[in-house]
Amino acid sequence: MSAIASARLVPRRDMTYRHGPVRHFSTDVWVLIKRSIARIGREPETLADVTFLPVIFILMFAYVFGGAIILPGSGSYHEYLIGGMLGMGLAQTAPGVAVALVTDMSTGLIDRFRSLPMSRWAVLTARTLAELVKQMISAAVVTCVGLAIGWRVHTRAIDVIAAFALALLVGYAFTWAGVCLGLALRSPEAAQQAGLVIFLPLTFISSAFVPTQGMPGWLQPVAEWNPMSALASACRHLFGNPDPAVAVRAWPMQHPELAVFCWSAAMLAVFAPLAVHLYRRKALS
Amino acid sequence: MSETPAIEAERLVKRYGPTRALTGLDLAVPAGMIYGLLGPNGAGKTTAVRIFATLLRPDGGRARVLGRDVVLQAAQVRRGIGLTGQYAALDESLTGWANLVMIGQLSRLTGKAARWRADQMLARFDLTSVASRAVRTYSGGMRRRLDLAASLIGGPSVLFLDEPTTGLDPSARAMTWEVVRELAAEGTTVLLTTQYLEEADQLARRVAVIDGGAVIAEGTPHELKSAVGGAQLTVMLAAGSDLRAAIAAVRPYARGSVRPDQDGRRLSVPVAATEGLTTRVVYALDAAGIRVNDVTIQRASLDDVFLALTGQAGPDRTHAA
Repeated sequence: MSAIASARLVPRRDMTYRHGPVRHFSTDVWVLIKRSIARIGREPETLADVTFLPVIFILMFAYVFGGAIILPGSGSYHEYLIGGMLGMGLAQTAPGVAVALVTDMSTGLIDRFRSLPMSRWAVLTARTLAELVKQMISAAVVTCVGLAIGWRVHTRAIDVIAAFALALLVGYAFTWAGVCLGLALRSPEAAQQAGLVIFLPLTFISSAFVPTQGMPGWLQPVAEWNPMSALASACRHLFGNPDPAVAVRAWPMQHPELAVFCWSAAMLAVFAPLAVHLYRRKALS
Repeated sequence: MSETPAIEAERLVKRYGPTRALTGLDLAVPAGMIYGLLGPNGAGKTTAVRIFATLLRPDGGRARVLGRDVVLQAAQVRRGIGLTGQYAALDESLTGWANLVMIGQLSRLTGKAARWRADQMLARFDLTSVASRAVRTYSGGMRRRLDLAASLIGGPSVLFLDEPTTGLDPSARAMTWEVVRELAAEGTTVLLTTQYLEEADQLARRVAVIDGGAVIAEGTPHELKSAVGGAQLTVMLAAGSDLRAAIAAVRPYARGSVRPDQDGRRLSVPVAATEGLTTRVVYALDAAGIRVNDVTIQRASLDDVFLALTGQAGPDRTHAA
């Protein structure tokens, strides 16, 4: 039978399969992750936020602002910078996830997904996991550029792995915040701008680029309790890089690893259910 | 199964804030039928389709598709339906082929079956040559075809088509019609919303006219046209013919008042279209000594139905009568 002759609109038999809900869920998630990754392959420019952006930031801070920043105590600013830059690079992907989600909503693709026999969680889970792949690229870029400007780790491999794991955990939690943002807004442009307005101060009012000791007194607690500061301190600690925040009395600065873990768990506990709630509400109204 | 309608709505209500989109919609679409939902913009057609496709939750009433409640058994409903809306719901950056495989796999086909069906659908919709191009490079007509193919890849028993040919050129429209007919011939139930009266007339075996969120008339296109007044007889009188005598001659055949136009040369007569009517009218006029240039009988169109029921003119209606 030729291909055209057998090209029937209605299949002769039911070709669909039945599996348990877990297998269905993982299949749906995998299919959608493949979609996001195929998209990156076809449009590499969508990777600009995890490639060019971190490179520019590192070079600017290392060679433009860095000279004017004096670390309390001692230590190399280049070594100090990378621990903060890692978190900065991951947090900056959150506006992108919001934009991608708003775009899917506005093209009707999400409606199509919703009329298919898929799990409600699959669309959002796949989106956040695909973002995790991008964040790994971001972490790799930061690492490579860091090594090139003279950043080194002085600890065991297990500590370095723990640092990257913590960074990706925070990044994953931020992604869910980005998902909520995307579901709350109507246009890709609005998502892009809101992302900048929220995530830029979040990364800058922290110890990611400069020690909090130099900030005005009223701003210091804000920066010290910022999850980005905890992540920066945790990474510096685990990499064996200089971290002036050890002298800061605030609890997250004294226990940065635990603080990172608590912040991430809290953000996931809030934003993941909120995202699903927004998704259902947006979809049904 | 043949007794259970494929699509059913009972007193369906949907509100958007103060606006009531559906005000108690009742509908029963038998399995395997092409069914038309006809109505002006804002009548509630799309809202009804979105409720049937489990995309919207009704505020009142019940809807069942394939015997399953669209709210309580949404997951089972989704296994048997396909939906094509007014805009192509595709991933612009993926290829046509990748879109179909993705939708196929999400419709519970295995990877192998999804790839096989994707190839089949691309061939059937004449898209094989552009299969490996990104959808963003497709023309509008190609996107709509791919969108329809995506709705069909999982082999749904019920297909919802929400204004599937709006904005399509005539040949693309003809192709969509052909696909819809073929689906129905294979046993697929098709619920079609349209503003094109001709489309409903051509495709649908039964039609429901919706206005203000409820069904105001239902039946075959023929039944609806008959209900509105059957046919219209138009007589063009020759110059100098006696208008009054002409009216008297045709009155026995009229089902309503006989209306002459302003210059008294043309008569519009609502009639029941029966066998040999034109012959009898011509003889009656001839017996009265009236010379006639032209006699035509025009069956009521769905346009007339639309006008009579909704008080709104269809797209190509003029006010000559």
